[in-house]
Amino acid sequence: MSTIGYDSWAVDLAEVGAVYPFQGSEGLMVVLGVIFWIGWHRIQFVREGAHLEKAKRIGDRDKINSLLEKY
Amino acid sequence: MDGNLNALTTVFTEFYYWVTVVFMFLIHVGFCMYEVGASRHRNHMHTLMKNIMIIPLVTVTFFFFGWWIYWAFPSFPFFGGLNHDAGAANLPWSQNMGTNLSDRITGVFWAAFLLFSWTAASIVSGAVIERIRSSALWLHAVMIGSVFWIIDAAWGWHAEGWMVKYLGYHDAYASGVIHAIAGGYALGVIMVLGPRIGKFAADGTPRDIPPHNPWMLTIGIFLIYSGFWGFYAACNIPVISPEGIGGLLTGETWTATNIYLAPTSLSAITFNFLMSLSGGLMAAYVVSKGDAFWTFSGGLAGIITASAGNDLYHPIQAMLVGAVGVVIVYKLHYWVERTFKIDDAVGAVAVHGYSGIVGLILAGFLLWGAPSSPYEGYATVNPVGQTIGAVIMFFVLGFLPAFVISKIQAAMGVLRIPVEVELQGLDYAEHHAYEDAKAAIIEADKAALDGGSVPAE
Repeated sequence: MSTIGYDSWAVDLAEVGAVYPFQGSEGLMVVLGVIFWIGWHRIQFVREGAHLEKAKRIGDRDKINSLLEKY
Repeated sequence: MDGNLNALTTVFTEFYYWVTVVFMFLIHVGFCMYEVGASRHRNHMHTLMKNIMIIPLVTVTFFFFGWWIYWAFPSFPFFGGLNHDAGAANLPWSQNMGTNLSDRITGVFWAAFLLFSWTAASIVSGAVIERIRSSALWLHAVMIGSVFWIIDAAWGWHAEGWMVKYLGYHDAYASGVIHAIAGGYALGVIMVLGPRIGKFAADGTPRDIPPHNPWMLTIGIFLIYSGFWGFYAACNIPVISPEGIGGLLTGETWTATNIYLAPTSLSAITFNFLMSLSGGLMAAYVVSKGDAFWTFSGGLAGIITASAGNDLYHPIQAMLVGAVGVVIVYKLHYWVERTFKIDDAVGAVAVHGYSGIVGLILAGFLLWGAPSSPYEGYATVNPVGQTIGAVIMFFVLGFLPAFVISKIQAAMGVLRIPVEVELQGLDYAEHHAYEDAKAAIIEADKAALDGGSVPAE
């Protein structure tokens, strides 16, 4: 048994198509991929919100003035 | 070259490898920029020189003996003797190793492998910045670039390598044969070399030593990404007939192959390169909480983790493998740093070494049962073979020789620079010469402006 559907290259390549592992599970792979993508946005959004909330309270007026001067 | 089709194939192959070599040069440019950006002002020129001189030193030694090792060592020493027939054509005095109109491939193929050698040495170079003696690093560069990595290539990255035959070892884009070995080698050196002054507080807490120029690091790593395209293409045979392969393949359909002469395509690796880069970047952003340099390095680690199987993976598999690898690698880096007080200045052991190991093992599961070769009698890909392969790459051919050689260098007092020099900076003398020269020329210009004599041109 082979995850790619071939356990030997004794084949005519003219008759070979997909050779990635777990053919037939493309739908599941897309679902997993989309969960990863959406999950990333969720984590990033929540963390950025928390960071901005914290950041807006830590500024020192003199340091901000100096940063504005620096452009 | 008999017949126009053969001529065209040969010239195309020759040009193909030549282009990959030019692309791969960017990897070295990127490593140089990354290292200099990560070092402090007082060490710039030595840091740059240390990496640049890898180029000639590894090139000439790879010409003298490295290339011969690749052809002579596939079975040596465990499953046969040296392959003198194949080795003979690649000895430095062979007529194939020069301008020869009946062999248009050896030069570009040698160069493609050589650029991998530079990469392996350059990975080690980054981990040891700001405290190693250049002479010590250059010996290590030759050892990994022209000896140890090319032994592993003969064993596990060659159509007749014993690891491929008996272990079913599969490492199409070099997770292990370049990255795991170089990461293991770097770890062996820095364990003996010790951390930079100030890296650890008195209670052992690690301190961050920030790069002096973040933009230089950024451009450096983007150049490494760019060069990695050439690296991927260089790992393929661009076009070959089933008859040319001479294995079990039937029919008349020509194909691109991986280094084992098993079929793949540039399209497959383009999908997988980009998806594993993306998976690595996304996972690294999350796990490092948006740390810019870990995120960028995570892109690289994602590709490296997926590289062992990127000739066969589905793009989503490549993305997820890259992502999983990066999380493991990031956690492992800080655990090792805290536990063993290891100062890996650029994260080379993690990004290359740990990613390589994880990538090999994951490929063993995901490609379980896939043929490792187009030839009869070879073991198929399996998790045990891949894990043994990872140990051979990282530990046996990487960590172990580096540790032993570094111990000898340390015992001889030729591994690390003196504390005084480390504090004043490796460029101290050059900086003074520069400042003196500057002062002298400013004084001369001012004298000329005040009506004095014009200095001779």
